[in-house]
Amino acid sequence: MSIVACLDDYLLSTALHVRSGGLDYMKYMLLIYFDEQALSETERQACYVESTQLAHEIKASGHYLGANPLHPTAMATTVRVRDGKRFVTDGPFAETREQLGGYFLIDAKHLDEAIGIAARIPMARKGTVEIRPVIDILGLPTD
Amino acid sequence: MREDTTKRVRELVDAVYRSESRRILATLIRLLGDFDAAEEALHDACAVAVEQWSRHGVPANPRAWLISTGRFKAIDGMRRQARFDASLPTLAKQLESSTSDAEAWDDESVEDDQLRLIFTCCHPALPPEAQVAMTLREVCSLTTEEIARAFLTRPSTVAQRIVRAKAKIREARIPYEVPSETDLPDRLDTVLRVVYLVFNEGYSASSGASLTRHDLCSEAIRLGRLLVELLPEPEAVGLLALMLLHDSRRAARTSPTGDLILLNDQDRSLWNHDQIAEGVALVERVLSSRRFGPYTVQAAIAAVHAQAPSPAATDWAQIVGLYDLLLQANPSPVVELNHAVAVAMRDGPLAGLTLIDAILARGDLGNYHLAHAARADLCRRLGRTAEARASYEQALSLTQQEPERRFLKRRLAELSDQTG
Repeated sequence: MSIVACLDDYLLSTALHVRSGGLDYMKYMLLIYFDEQALSETERQACYVESTQLAHEIKASGHYLGANPLHPTAMATTVRVRDGKRFVTDGPFAETREQLGGYFLIDAKHLDEAIGIAARIPMARKGTVEIRPVIDILGLPTD
Repeated sequence: MREDTTKRVRELVDAVYRSESRRILATLIRLLGDFDAAEEALHDACAVAVEQWSRHGVPANPRAWLISTGRFKAIDGMRRQARFDASLPTLAKQLESSTSDAEAWDDESVEDDQLRLIFTCCHPALPPEAQVAMTLREVCSLTTEEIARAFLTRPSTVAQRIVRAKAKIREARIPYEVPSETDLPDRLDTVLRVVYLVFNEGYSASSGASLTRHDLCSEAIRLGRLLVELLPEPEAVGLLALMLLHDSRRAARTSPTGDLILLNDQDRSLWNHDQIAEGVALVERVLSSRRFGPYTVQAAIAAVHAQAPSPAATDWAQIVGLYDLLLQANPSPVVELNHAVAVAMRDGPLAGLTLIDAILARGDLGNYHLAHAARADLCRRLGRTAEARASYEQALSLTQQEPERRFLKRRLAELSDQTG
């Protein structure tokens, strides 16, 4: 495909897609779910090491925007505001078989690239990674 | 004279549309980056073609002309919307000034675009029903009404699936690409599954009055041929062979009144021997490549049946061997059932019955009407009439398909005619 044709392709597709932050890139949130109860402390630490390694690899390849594990749902607090009244409770938003345990925020060219990265997340082997495209609304603060 | 020309040109445009529209659409989707924009562009281009070709004559390369015009009309449309988006006029200007028209749609990139279209429609991020609907709509150009009728759903349901699928392709940015070499085997699996699903839906309608809906079978075979033409992978060839061999029996499979006729009782002179010859040749071609999979093995089994001049002449030993092979690649209870039936043919009903009872005892296939029908048949052949009756009744309670129900009821009636 000629360079001009590639340019056309890109120009048209950015015109027709929602504008995203990076040139040609789109943000994806990778939400990592697994059964907290089924993870031993040793496994957890090994997972942190491997995930950190992955974070560095994708930083080098230009995909990394952020990543963190989360404290287990026992440490969660839920907040709701209804009719101006604040409701604060202990626990996660819902009881589920697998719980949200961490995330990666990435830049990627398209979904297949995001899938490729998600598949490298250690907990993808035991739990589930949900990929959600991020809506880049205009007017948010920039770094 | 003018009207006559316009009429002839309109017919020509229709003919070009019929033979080329899917290829043109596939390329326009790549150029415009959007399914709906591409369809609109194609539609506009055809309208312009009727008017312009009447006046200036038919172009040397109608396909390229339509692609070029469709793209141009899309740019035009963007300019018209320029009021709402400041970047569009610049964009439109840049696109307009590009002169590399000819290269964008040579034969090779057209083939690539068709593959891109198929793989995108069958992307695993889309729900399976959407994969089927998108493929039938965008690759086979069936209308939503035709798709709905084929799958016994409402047109609005189909339309909604397609709208949501296109939205997901857009918002999640499913790429319009042929998968990489590493991803290709898995992605091809998904495509083949969609094609086979379409074929099976046509071959044995899951409910309703008629046993086969052959439009879907023809569509699936056409898809299979396109796939083999674009990407001659062994399993794609194997699937095409399998579909051709199954389809070859279409005329013999149902009676004029729509009743089911078993393989054993079919009039083999009604089999389509051209399809059989083609299917057998394809199977042999793939088997010799040694890179085959489950579809190819199933096709090989179908080929053994297809080449038998009569039921008695069927090489059941070879079929059992092929089922053994299939079980290694695809160890499913249904395959086990078919294996058991073949064993019964080779070694006698008791051998097969033992295998089927083992499957059912495990808790598998309890709700599968064919398991009980097969069991009933073997019991019948062993003279175990009461057991046969019970199993036929069980099978009857598990299927809604009219021809199959009539068949089972007939078997039950035949049992009652015997004593015991």
